Amino acid sequence: MKLLTLLSLFVTYLVTDCINIENTAGQFFSSGHTNNWAVLVCTSRFWFNYRHVANSLSVYRSVKRLGIPDSHIVLMLADDMACNHRNPKPATVFSHKNMELNVYGDDVEVDYRGYEVTVENFLRVLTGRLPPSTPRSKRLLSDDRSNILIYLTGHGGNGFLKFQDSEEISNVELADAFEQMWQKRRYNELLFIIDTCQGASMYERFYSPNIMALASSQVGEDSLSHQPDLAIGVHLMDRYTFYLLEFLEDIHPASKANMNDLFKVCPKSQCVSTPGHRTDLFQRDPGSVLITDFFGSVRKVEITTEVVNLTDPIEQVDESPANGEAREEMYSYVDQLPVSEIIHQRRRSHHCLTSHLTS
Amino acid sequence: MATAEVERRRGQLAALSIAAVVIIVGVPLWWKTTETYRAWLPVSQIRELAKLQLQLSADVEVVFARGTVTPEQQKKVPLTQTQEEDHAVDEDTALKYRYETKYRTATIMEEDALNKPNAAEADLSLHVLSESPCGSLVIYVIPESSSLLPEDVKVYIGQRRTALLRVPQMRTAKTLEQLLHHLQPHIKQVLRVMSFSRADITAALSDRVRFHPGNKESIADSMRAFKSSPGYEITFSLLNPDPKSHRLHWDIEGAAQTYIQPLLTKMSPVANFSIDSQTLHYAMLGVNPRFDNTRSAYMLNADSLAHVINPVEARLGSNAASSNPVLNFLLYVPDAYHSPLYIQDQNKQEVPSNAFHSPRWGGIMVYNVDSYYGPEAEFPVDININMAKVMGVFLAQLRLLLGVQSSPPPPGFLVAPCGSTGLADWELDRLMWSRSVENIATATTTITSLAQLLDQIGNIVINDNIAEQVSSAVTSLQLAVAELEAGNLKFALQFSKEAIQASEKAFFDPSLLHLLYFPDDQKFAIYIPLFLPMCVPILLSLIKIASEARQKRREKQAKKD
Repeated sequence: MKLLTLLSLFVTYLVTDCINIENTAGQFFSSGHTNNWAVLVCTSRFWFNYRHVANSLSVYRSVKRLGIPDSHIVLMLADDMACNHRNPKPATVFSHKNMELNVYGDDVEVDYRGYEVTVENFLRVLTGRLPPSTPRSKRLLSDDRSNILIYLTGHGGNGFLKFQDSEEISNVELADAFEQMWQKRRYNELLFIIDTCQGASMYERFYSPNIMALASSQVGEDSLSHQPDLAIGVHLMDRYTFYLLEFLEDIHPASKANMNDLFKVCPKSQCVSTPGHRTDLFQRDPGSVLITDFFGSVRKVEITTEVVNLTDPIEQVDESPANGEAREEMYSYVDQLPVSEIIHQRRRSHHCLTSHLTS
Repeated sequence: MATAEVERRRGQLAALSIAAVVIIVGVPLWWKTTETYRAWLPVSQIRELAKLQLQLSADVEVVFARGTVTPEQQKKVPLTQTQEEDHAVDEDTALKYRYETKYRTATIMEEDALNKPNAAEADLSLHVLSESPCGSLVIYVIPESSSLLPEDVKVYIGQRRTALLRVPQMRTAKTLEQLLHHLQPHIKQVLRVMSFSRADITAALSDRVRFHPGNKESIADSMRAFKSSPGYEITFSLLNPDPKSHRLHWDIEGAAQTYIQPLLTKMSPVANFSIDSQTLHYAMLGVNPRFDNTRSAYMLNADSLAHVINPVEARLGSNAASSNPVLNFLLYVPDAYHSPLYIQDQNKQEVPSNAFHSPRWGGIMVYNVDSYYGPEAEFPVDININMAKVMGVFLAQLRLLLGVQSSPPPPGFLVAPCGSTGLADWELDRLMWSRSVENIATATTTITSLAQLLDQIGNIVINDNIAEQVSSAVTSLQLAVAELEAGNLKFALQFSKEAIQASEKAFFDPSLLHLLYFPDDQKFAIYIPLFLPMCVPILLSLIKIASEARQKRREKQAKKD
């Protein structure tokens, strides 16, 4: 009798285990995306807006740590805080006081810097209407199976976001830009996070499908900064992004945390402002959307089961030497930045070999 | 008295003439100088194209071998039939599939070819006899008693555009119509595999119609292949985490030329390809493999494969000058400590190819070199990699990623292994069908949404070059649809590629940036300080003139009475 119950328990455990494997395999393909992109924008300049640069860099750091490579991240920083001559610790940008965490790191890749961060360039990156001479690293080359994370931070107001202290982008323009992205199927799903004053006004006008939006404060509220560091002399982070960073530090690439946990980040007791979110345009239930669907880059893989049987031997590419002299093979490093090819001055040959000089 | 009257008249004339100048000259001038230049677009033609109605035609030739038709049936052959099938995808997209089937009997030379000992040789000799043009098919119906095909196989699909169909004898078939009716479902099945099927075409239309497939396999199939693009970049990378122990040599130039280039040359009507290669030293995998005692080897299980790609991807370069999609093929040689390294699938079985691929990204193969040297070898060891084995795997992955091979064939079908080029002719045809449809669908969506956008936002300037691109895209689209209807697959693909290129160039033109969102209160705020100070005196004097005229008329009335 006991053996029977034990056996039945064992069998049920096996069955549920099989179902679990099926579920994880099924979950792989339930999100419908194959690659991830991130567009992180900091829109304010001047030393006292240190915290906005620290905000963007901390999201950049999390996104990189969870797997999105630099080639898929477009980072726009309106000012250089790390090498600002008012920075007592050059080449660093800290997010926690007492200089606990340096979010600048040593492999940061800023794509748009300083005065290149304008409303026009931001909209050009989103809609893809860049001049043909723009290099690959400055483009958003997403397709219809890309999940894109867009993070904006800076000074904002009711219905606008201020760029570089001189121009602004309105929520209508942003909504139109997203609609143009949808028309051209430049995204599968979009997560929009904004950390500014009255941030919720920026996502009010969205009307394209598959967009989920989070903001750090409602209309009429200000987003407040977190803590100053007395040695550096400025506020280091904004509250919402500070608690967002703490939340993301607990996420690892195989984590199963979902969007409902993200909505709970920074409640009113910690943030003073009320964070808001908008999910009515999103088709999936937020509880089934993993954090790593947007912040990380978990690739789907399939095992290769078939192989082509190749039997021909390799043809030797014989180069008959001219005048009977053997030609010496010249090795050279490929141009790191092929400027002349980028600006279309020279035709590119189609078989390029990069060889490392071996000793 | 008179001078006051003259003064007043002069004042009235002045006010009236200023008002006249403002209204007749000023307002049109202001209107003209503040309007944006918008070149003419063929809006009506674009609206026509928005309702996509495509017709796909394929020519099929059905050849009856000796023994499949009775003599009296044979008298009615040769015969031509046309079948049409409607497929309404949604309210804006409708497709029609048209098959022009020609029935005939086999010639003596074809009979000789069909008497060869096995199917592969028959296929070869049949191809020598006649070459079918692009987009057409030939199906040879062979009697049930024929020994060409093995027992359980009813259809053999060759490397070119021929298929051998063995149909069970129908004893009650007296007339040719009954025989054709009996053959119809089998021929339809063959056509669905070898040319276009509803599933393929619906997947190709995924830009217009959101594909809602039923099961996980279809989702995976639709996500795997790259979308249609004018060019692709293929990069082969050799990852050597342990250069101290292994000195690897791979003849990538020769291997790419011998094994990969024939496939790419054959696919040149579809897209341009460029091949790069690189070697990365000290490139580790992101995961730690476990040692398995039973097999005395290190194992990578299927769940951890997803995390392998990301740490490596950061170190793979890409061509800065082009925006084409990149296919990465990585060959990983494990370090001496972790050799041999095998991949195991969900059922803990070893994978024979020892490779895996990621949809829309590329593939990775693990190549073990522990068999090349013994324990007393002196490090570093020189190792020549067997490129035929490696390229066999990469070629299979390349076929999957380019969308050449999709679903497995139905039961009872035997597909010949693809030849030395790695691509059968009918596979190329099938790819060309779906690419043409995909290009046409994408181009029409782009042009329609561009027209809609330009219509909605009145402030965008439409330059002449954009109008030119749009017109040329519209013409190419109309030509592509016409060629598809006529069945000329190559031309249809070419026109569809031109259409897509022109439409993308027009849509992504840098001058089409709409930064001019003016809410109404901002418009008033700009114009009022300019126009109000000017208009107020004019309006007041006009009102004064009008009230004086009215008063005078009233006085005249009073005088009359």
